[in-house]
Amino acid sequence: MNGLLPDVTALLPTMLGGLQTSLVLTVSSLLLGLPLGLLLSFGVVTPNRVLRWISVFFVEVGRGAPALVLLQLMYYGLPNVQITLSSLVSACLALTWTTAAYTAELIRGGIQAVPSGEVEGADALGLSAGDRLRFIVIPQGLRIALPSLMGFAVLLFQATSLAYTVAVPELMSQAYSTGSSTFKYLPAFIAAGILYAAISIPATWLSVLAEKRMSRHL
Amino acid sequence: MQMLQAILIGLPMTILVTVLSLALGTVAALPLLAGLRSGNRLLWLLSRGIIDLLRGVPPVVWLFILYYGVSVGALRLTALQAGVIGLGLVSAAYLAEIFRGAISSVHSGQWEASSALGFTRTTLWRRVVGPQAWRTAIPSYTTYSIGLLKDSSIASTIGVAEIVYMSNQYARQSGEGILIFFIAAGVYIALSLPLGILSRHLDTKMRKVVAR
Repeated sequence: MNGLLPDVTALLPTMLGGLQTSLVLTVSSLLLGLPLGLLLSFGVVTPNRVLRWISVFFVEVGRGAPALVLLQLMYYGLPNVQITLSSLVSACLALTWTTAAYTAELIRGGIQAVPSGEVEGADALGLSAGDRLRFIVIPQGLRIALPSLMGFAVLLFQATSLAYTVAVPELMSQAYSTGSSTFKYLPAFIAAGILYAAISIPATWLSVLAEKRMSRHL
Repeated sequence: MQMLQAILIGLPMTILVTVLSLALGTVAALPLLAGLRSGNRLLWLLSRGIIDLLRGVPPVVWLFILYYGVSVGALRLTALQAGVIGLGLVSAAYLAEIFRGAISSVHSGQWEASSALGFTRTTLWRRVVGPQAWRTAIPSYTTYSIGLLKDSSIASTIGVAEIVYMSNQYARQSGEGILIFFIAAGVYIALSLPLGILSRHLDTKMRKVVAR
């Protein structure tokens, strides 16, 4: 155990670049995935059969398959259909798929929890169906879904650690290459673990706090 | 055909990793649960800290720490051992929270009645609170198991030859990467469907018998 702590603290600053890539991957997947999730949440209940089946396919595969399978599907699969993307972009697409599928369900839950009086009120005021969604249902539904969306964002951040399998230079792959070049595997992985925990533990506390605040209003 | 063969060879390993880590997680959740429920502030803090740490670090990091980092003398963990222990510990943290929630959902009248009847603590847990808490925990427990089934794919990163590992090898050898991973995805979905149906069935059955 001697020398473990100095090794870890020496490695921490060298890994910040990897952490940055992990965060970029998380944020870009969220930015692309959340609007898609909102679309899919309506897609799975639309009367249009073709659209509904497409949405159900994306939601069920995105939730049912491990993120690791989607990552490798994009990375090894897309070149088969003559689409060559960088590893970061293909990882981002895979995690966007996961995000859209999970958030579609979370957003749908939030929208269903909007009190029916709100919808009736909007009708009574003569709002069009589009305005009713835009000003009444979606904003409130998103607010109700916010704590669980935050919880999902933490899990997504952790899932970016799997992107190292498709050669994205994020935190985990940096830890691995540091470990294999210096044979200091344990300090490298502990340092990575500390950095992951330093982000995800406070973020989890925030989502719990948001949940408590929300339940006060409901 | 070779594709199906690859996945079928990996399938038992996926199930093995899932079942073993779920079993380990369930058992290891109990001491954490005891700590969370104990009146001792220090024990509570310890449990809380372990749970937050286990959940705050991605599973793949735990697996790598166990597989590459831990050596007892000249003894190193095999990939399967590291995978099961790592996933089992992470599961323990999530399951402890699920169990804690289920226990606190048991109506306080049940506790009061038990002490009014002079039940011992063992009887209280075995005959009164335990069964009722277990019933409320079942839906979350199965949901978590389905998640764990998918997380077992992470063991492929340290070389456990389960579905994703086999599919990955096939994709590298043949250069075919779409169909194989779609089949793999389909197998995971097919495996989780019966679990989901079972969970819903148990849930509706249990709802009728649980006192609220």
